Amino acid sequence: MKIFSKQLISVIDQSKTQNQKGKIERNSKPDSTINKDTKHERKLSRSILSLIFILTATLLSAQDDLLKELTDEPVESETIATFKGSRVINLQSVETRPKGTLEFIFSHRFGRINEGAYTLWGLDDAYVRLGLEYGITDRLGAGIGRNSVDKSFDAYARYKLLAQHPGKMPVTVTALGTINYRSSPKKGEGIVPVTTRDRISFVGQLLIARKFTPGLSLQVNPLIVHRNTVNQQYENNDDVALGFAGRQKISRSIAFTAEYLIRLTSNENNPPAYERYNAIGFGIDIETGGHVFQLVFTNSLGLIERAVVAETNGNFWDGDIHFGFNITRTFQLSGKK
Amino acid sequence: MALIDAVLNKVFLLIWLGVVAFSAQAQKFALSEGDITFFSEAALENIKAENKSITSVFDASTGEIAFAVPNNQFQFEKKLMQQHFNEKYMESEKYPRSTFSGKLYGFDPSYSGQQQVKAVGKMFIHGVTQSVEIPGVIEVGSQGIVVKSTFTIKLADYKIKIPQILWQNIAEQVEVTVNLAYKPL
Repeated sequence: MKIFSKQLISVIDQSKTQNQKGKIERNSKPDSTINKDTKHERKLSRSILSLIFILTATLLSAQDDLLKELTDEPVESETIATFKGSRVINLQSVETRPKGTLEFIFSHRFGRINEGAYTLWGLDDAYVRLGLEYGITDRLGAGIGRNSVDKSFDAYARYKLLAQHPGKMPVTVTALGTINYRSSPKKGEGIVPVTTRDRISFVGQLLIARKFTPGLSLQVNPLIVHRNTVNQQYENNDDVALGFAGRQKISRSIAFTAEYLIRLTSNENNPPAYERYNAIGFGIDIETGGHVFQLVFTNSLGLIERAVVAETNGNFWDGDIHFGFNITRTFQLSGKK
Repeated sequence: MALIDAVLNKVFLLIWLGVVAFSAQAQKFALSEGDITFFSEAALENIKAENKSITSVFDASTGEIAFAVPNNQFQFEKKLMQQHFNEKYMESEKYPRSTFSGKLYGFDPSYSGQQQVKAVGKMFIHGVTQSVEIPGVIEVGSQGIVVKSTFTIKLADYKIKIPQILWQNIAEQVEVTVNLAYKPL
């Protein structure tokens, strides 16, 4: 209708100017009659032409207009699939599992590649974390796991505080809290007696991510690790770190990932037994239906935040690299309508 | 000459008013309730999804019909499947809507009751526009108009590729059912 009224107005304007022109012509000294007639014919044919033109345009555009009415508003949607898995490599991602979805996470790190052929470049040794994560709501999830490194148990909850939404919210923000219990050494077998309290540590983190394009997602996550008991000569009870992670899809189902963790509270000049490094990782995500396979290379052996942040003792650039993978399998436990 | 001028201008104005009036009296119907579902039958898995966020306009005077479907509103039983549908197959961030616009042939607005019709027009899915002919049934009642149609879509026609590894899970063509109930605008 808007278009019609505009056209109508323009035609009225046109006819007005034609009228005025006519008046001027009539008032002015008359030219020869033939000349006047030609002018009139020209004017007439112009009007008819414009009429035909606009009529055709109206008829042609009618169908598209009908569709246009329906597609003026942008489609509302929260951004999906910022990352494929609940982990990027070692670090958690902002993703939460949809309500009623159970995810089984099987993570695996082999020994160091620079151990050479004798251990088949580390493949002789394997360190495993078995984990489960469940989506209580679309935004709230909880998980448990056990890592063979230090025979550690972990339990965590995550909540998606903000979800990226084009035009409304630039980032997704997820808060995550973890409690960790290391069961090694066995009771009574340690050099010094170890209490339950000594075995416990906590991790709090905020994950902030943005999916910049359908292929590129970046994440930054500040985290704090508190260990109840440490060797205070070389270690801190509280360690603060900043994690960076990214994903670039290279096809519909395959993506490159990378992450880097900067420790903001690290002790320098420790003896070799307490030398710590920033965790680095590179990986490839491959997704097939309900599975995500993540093939990774990282200098961190541990698979839980406490170990990744505070206990990474491999130097990536010296070749202290572990090959490994994270495999997730998703099960839909309850249907959602 | 002045008289002819004046008359001509009046005539044009009248024609214009006529065009405007005609378009205003076009019998447009807005969607009161509608849903679109699709069903994919494959060796390992049957996949079904339903979308109630369909929007549509129908012009009974011309038979023109258009509908638009926000792709991300298809509800699947498995949420992960829904995510894959949007992310990997429909690429909903790039192509948020699937649309159809065209004309119903064989429709007589004065006849109440069921009529077999054919919709001819353009289907837009996943960035690809295809000319299609879709059979359907239209029913004019006292409350409004109901349009129903079931048709198949070949994924390859719209450049939706199925990974080799999932060919047993995803069918090459899906059956789409559209139910649209209109009320006068």
